[in-house]
Parts: sequence; structure tokens; C-alpha cells
Amino acid sequence: MTTKQFMIVNRKAPYGTIYGWEALEVVLIAAAFEQDVSMAFLDDGVYQIKKGHQTKGIEIKAFEKTFRALEDYDVTKIYVDQESLTERGLTADDLTIPVEVLSRAEIGKRMEEQDIVLAF
Amino acid sequence: MALEVNGKTYETDEEGYLVSLGDWNEEVGKFLAQQESINLTDAHWEVINFLRDYYTEFQIAPAVRVLTKAIGKKLGADKGNSQYLYELFPYGPAKQACKIAGLPKPTGCV
Amino acid sequence: MLHIINKSPYDRPALDSVLKTGTGTILLIEDGVYAVAKGGAAESKVKAALGKFKIYALTPDIEARGIADRVTDGVIQVDYAGFVDLVAENKTNQSWL
Repeated sequence: MTTKQFMIVNRKAPYGTIYGWEALEVVLIAAAFEQDVSMAFLDDGVYQIKKGHQTKGIEIKAFEKTFRALEDYDVTKIYVDQESLTERGLTADDLTIPVEVLSRAEIGKRMEEQDIVLAF
Repeated sequence: MALEVNGKTYETDEEGYLVSLGDWNEEVGKFLAQQESINLTDAHWEVINFLRDYYTEFQIAPAVRVLTKAIGKKLGADKGNSQYLYELFPYGPAKQACKIAGLPKPTGCV
Repeated sequence: MLHIINKSPYDRPALDSVLKTGTGTILLIEDGVYAVAKGGAAESKVKAALGKFKIYALTPDIEARGIADRVTDGVIQVDYAGFVDLVAENKTNQSWL
């Protein structure tokens, strides 16, 4: 199988729309087919991996937990935009998985390196 | 679609997977196994329980490759290989075992 | 009048638009609740608006997003029944979609 470099870009908050969960499913599928997958979280996308989602009240699956399975899928390149965190009063400690916090320019560079970029 | 076990009706999707995770119990698991022509042994239950725990922790049913690796880590290398798992669940460990465990079809499973 | 906002203040200008209308009651739901999380750029806007607006936010949406530990003081939390009460109490209401 040919391996391609995929980057899935997340810019939407979780639960308000279905985009976050759909993006994660794409990541899991691409990883199951042993593709080289990375994820970038920018803008409201950083809220997807904010710790402590309690979704019982809104009756939607808390897919924050699913991000913790990414390691099993060998998805370890998780980039988070520094500016987006700062604007929302968040730091890497508020996030549910270990990530690499980068400047927007650094994330732009990583995007340039990909074969395929999918934006959600 | 639906299936009936001990006089109770359970809703399933068009491929026979339980619609509601909370509907599952051992009796339903046994019924689903029978439909797949699988005679459940302790070895089968070990995988089924592993999958249910995995789902509780991560909210997904793992892909085969991931399942194999994770089982190897938890239950030992002699069980963490596809040969062992396909012997237990000949039509695919992820697909068949997930169905019997009452989980949705694994993401990326075609 | 009750203004209902369901969009994140970091994604859409709905909250800013409402605040410019002057006065009234605001209910933040869904992604709109991010406005009441302390520490972010929206905090000062919400604090400044509290003098002119009564600001409510829906608890189940706050909990779902993991921000229950950092809700700005002065914001009133309501559950779904409280949401219904607010709609019933106000003569008119508007969703800022």
C-alpha cells in the first residue's frame, strides 16, 4: 500500500457541529489503513481536546475520550496552535492528550509538507 | 430490524449490530454468537470483554490492527496476533467480535 | 427581550452584535457558552456587558465542553427547564443564528 502524508485540520468546536467527530473518524480510518496521519488544531478546534467533557446532559458521545486512543493507532503527530490557545485562555495542561504546541507559522510549514490536507 | 431474546425485542441496524449499546447483556451476546455460528468459550469471552472495556474507555471499537496490538499488550503475545483472533472469530475479529459484544461496527471496517 | 446565542464568540460576531443592541437578556447555549469561560478574550466583553444585560448560560452545554470550573462570576447558569422559563418570561425572543 502506498503511504501518504495526511494532515487533518480541525477548526471547529466539538458538539455544536458534527465536524469534529467526522474529522476524528477520518483520522481513524486513514490510520487503520496505515497512512502517515497528523492532526492540527486551530481556532475553536482546540476546544475539541480540552479536558473534562461531561456530555451526559446533552446526550452526545463524549469523543474527548477517543483522542486518547490515537496512540494505539500510531497517530502521535498532534499540533496545536499557540495563538488559538492563548486567545481562549488555555495551555497545553488543559488538553486531554500530549501535543506539540506550535506557532501559526510553524503549523503552516507542516501543512506545506503534506501530500493531502483535509480541513474540517 | 430487530432480534428477540427471551421474549424481549432488541433493535439492530441492517447488518445486525445492536443499535443501543445499553441493550447488551450476556444472553444477547450468546444469541448473536449463535447467529454467527460461534460456540462461545472462555477465550471468546476474554476478547468480547476486552472490546467492551475498550469501548468504555475510548468510545470506539478498535480496528483489527489496533485490536491485535492492544490485546497483545494486555493478554500476552500468544493472543495478540491475527491468527489467534481469526481462529476465534473466522469472519474477522473486529467485525464479528464487535457484533457479539454489542458494539457498533468498527470505524474503517468495510 | 431574550437574545439566544449558540455560536462561539471566537468564531462568529453574534455576541458582539447583540451587545451593540444596548440592553436586555442574553442566553448562551451550545458553542455560545464559550463566551463565559474565564481566561479567554471574551471574558472582558462579558464582564463589561453584565451591567447592561442579564446573562444566562445553559449548564449542560457548559459541562459538555469542560468549562464548568471556569465560569465568569455574575453569569447565571440554567438547566433546560430554566431555558423554557426564560423564553416564557420574555415577551419576545430572538435566536442569533
